[in-house]
Amino acid sequence: MGEELRLPIAADVDVVEARQQGRALAAVAGFSSGEQTVIAAAISEIARNILMYAKKGEITLSLVQNGDRQGVAIVASDQGPGIPDIERAMQYGYSTSHGVGAGLPGAKRLMDEFDVQSVVGQGTTITMKKWRRAI
Amino acid sequence: MEVPILRQGQYLIASIQSALTDADLSHLREALIAQVGRSRCRGVIVDVTALDVMDSFAVRTLRDIAHMARLRGAETVIVGIQPDVAFAMVQLGLTLKGVATVLDLEEGLAFLNRRTEERTLEAKPKKPSGRG
Repeated sequence: MGEELRLPIAADVDVVEARQQGRALAAVAGFSSGEQTVIAAAISEIARNILMYAKKGEITLSLVQNGDRQGVAIVASDQGPGIPDIERAMQYGYSTSHGVGAGLPGAKRLMDEFDVQSVVGQGTTITMKKWRRAI
Repeated sequence: MEVPILRQGQYLIASIQSALTDADLSHLREALIAQVGRSRCRGVIVDVTALDVMDSFAVRTLRDIAHMARLRGAETVIVGIQPDVAFAMVQLGLTLKGVATVLDLEEGLAFLNRRTEERTLEAKPKKPSGRG
């Protein structure tokens, strides 16, 4: 607990590294292999978004606890151009970069909690969490 | 990480060996489309068994490969999507609409054999009729 993994994102190999580290952490937290893949996919989407829009940034992975529930928290932050219209950016199929438009809304679907803070000209911070299903 | 592309009869088989970066995936797309022409092949199998995650970029690239190969006269089939990967794809809302997917390499070869047979039959000229 309390340990934090900070991963710089500046190239596409970093996206792979981040999602693999995320999967490993999800395994430590006791997520099923299906859920580990879901978490890895969400990390892949938001890490790619950093590359596409901000060129570089950082992903922080950590274990979190809420009562007796365990989970993982992923924070993606960059000092890029920011998102002018968050509502639109969260619409499935909307993209300003010729992408599929599944990045942010896709990641949101995969996670339990999803929050976007963005200031135009200053950067974007996305915080997302996934909790283990109670047994 | 380059994906080896093997030729087996009139098919190309791209067997992904590990997690791929976006650049690796784009490179695979270009290499496959170029080879479809060079080797005059009729079918392409992309084996994704070892792929750790199928996110929006991977799905789009596989779709592009299938559509581009079709324009070059070859059918594509994706094989080896793992249960966990399928689970995450569905949750992400990603589909491989218009792209053939089968369980494994064996099924992939059988699928292509059927498809190329159908196409050969279609291409055969009809029996002459109405004369003699």
